[in-house]
Amino acid sequence: MTLDREHLEYPHRRYGMDHDRYEWSMLSERPAIAWPHGKPLALWVNVCLQFYPLNQQGKPFAVPGGMTMPYPDLRHFSLRDYGNRVGIYRFLKAFDRYGIRPSFAINGALVDRAPQLIGTIAERGDEIMGHGLHMDALHYGGQDVDEERKLVVDALAALRAVSPSPVTGWLSPVRNESENTPELLVENGIEYFCDWVNDDMPYRFNTANGGLWAMPLSNELEDRFVIMNNGHSEQSWQEQVCDACDFLLEEAERSGSGRILALNLHPWMLGQPHRIGKLEEALAYITGHDGVFCAAPGELLGHINI
Amino acid sequence: MKADPGLYDYWPWEGRPKITWPGGARIAFWVAPNIEFYELNPPANPHRKAWPQPYPATPGYSIRDYGNRVGHVRQMEVLDRYNIRGSISLSTALCDHHPEIIQMCLERDWEFFSHGIYNTRYTYGLSEEQEREMIQDSIDTIEKHTGRKPAGYLAPALSHSEHTIDLFAEAGGIYTCDLFHDDQPTPITVRGGQRFASIPYSLEMNDTIAYVVNKIEPRRYGQMLKDNFDRLYQEGADNGTVMCIPTHNYQVSCPHRLKAFEEALEYITGHSDVWVTTGREIAEHYLQHHYDEAQAAIAAQEASA
Repeated sequence: MTLDREHLEYPHRRYGMDHDRYEWSMLSERPAIAWPHGKPLALWVNVCLQFYPLNQQGKPFAVPGGMTMPYPDLRHFSLRDYGNRVGIYRFLKAFDRYGIRPSFAINGALVDRAPQLIGTIAERGDEIMGHGLHMDALHYGGQDVDEERKLVVDALAALRAVSPSPVTGWLSPVRNESENTPELLVENGIEYFCDWVNDDMPYRFNTANGGLWAMPLSNELEDRFVIMNNGHSEQSWQEQVCDACDFLLEEAERSGSGRILALNLHPWMLGQPHRIGKLEEALAYITGHDGVFCAAPGELLGHINI
Repeated sequence: MKADPGLYDYWPWEGRPKITWPGGARIAFWVAPNIEFYELNPPANPHRKAWPQPYPATPGYSIRDYGNRVGHVRQMEVLDRYNIRGSISLSTALCDHHPEIIQMCLERDWEFFSHGIYNTRYTYGLSEEQEREMIQDSIDTIEKHTGRKPAGYLAPALSHSEHTIDLFAEAGGIYTCDLFHDDQPTPITVRGGQRFASIPYSLEMNDTIAYVVNKIEPRRYGQMLKDNFDRLYQEGADNGTVMCIPTHNYQVSCPHRLKAFEEALEYITGHSDVWVTTGREIAEHYLQHHYDEAQAAIAAQEASA
């Protein structure tokens, strides 16, 4: 059996990308970005606050970090819940100690499930981003557009009811999207999203409803990916973060353009007693550099005029 | 289906004629950056899925795009620092998509070898005629954009047919990176009888195998590269060896990984008697100086068996 002719045809073989979502552009060729006070490196810490339902449907796939055992998978349900009850408070102490002003990507369903925590976050005044409804409500290719629209609307309505400032950022659960996700986000007042991991700096993303900023929130360096997916030690995670900090500082200085070190964190992972020290060591190392300042994504975008 | 591909004969390490490298080097060292283009929405190959999720597979597509937007220049700057010319394993459609990258590599006299058209178009299911057309397209594209035909081939996404290597030899190629059976170049038997060699490319030192498949920590990867070099360098005093580091800009060029790679390059190129070269130069040297001797030794081994 041979394949159809279409396998040797390349309709998008042309200059630039094979789609129209954004312009092809190399980071090294772009105009320099100047951060405030001449600081070369911005530290952006994002914390994911998540709800993993016990009755996981796994549509279209079982989310990494979700339930893996036959129902009722109490071990994973409760271990994820640990992050919102215990781990997050270790995070907050560490952030205050090192002067970190993080952003929080919050599942909409958590507003009702953990009202005290959401109240504490709102009171701190940190930036809040949409993070879908919960971790079993994925956005995916082929999803009915009205079904997906309701997920976006419900998730944002829950957060906007409690957030003291406008919610204009978004991170899809496990960064999964449908072909309509970017349009639905713009339709619902989102100005930047963090799903695409193809850059280390913000860039403009096209949708049929207008433009979005794509913000660079590294997946390769996040605690869940390094420790759970790759099986590396917490010590190795800390080393990798420090190596990234050194590299980005050097690249920012060499290129004369600001850079962003983005850490995506989960309190159910690094909030454990045996791991929190590694987060603290990493934050101490990074904030110990004069060239580093800490900012949330909305603030960073305010400094970019391209 | 065959139990053995019939591409080479068993030929043990002991007792081989000595390979010597230019300048009396013990080891030929080359770095092979894969510069790839993955399509967001390729036609579905019934034998292998391009992406785990339904379209759009944002996570997999976007991290690979990172390699071209961010990673390429980073790795190139590191290779420049150690006077290493890359031997590029090229998704040849990238000549159309991202000619700026091709231009930078041309300015540095890097080598381009064929890695198919896209890394989301597999050899599986192609007829021999279709595969020949795909390979010829990739060769013509490299020649058109760089002025020179490629000498080497690495099948797209390591997807092969029984005739992949025959077809590339018939199209004028002289070496393959698809085989991992040796630490030296070896003769390869192709149906047309062309003089053709396998050049060690190393799956084990491949950053994507290390990071994605084997999930190695970055600093350990750097140490593995040094250990790999140390042993091949030591053994190269007796019989010339080859070390290759195949890389991908979306893996090795991440901020938390590049330093370990750079330290390994500094270590390796800090030794004397290391021929820092390209895949084509290794293949040409081998075919000119050692191929006949190897063929004779293999024939003698079979005659005495």
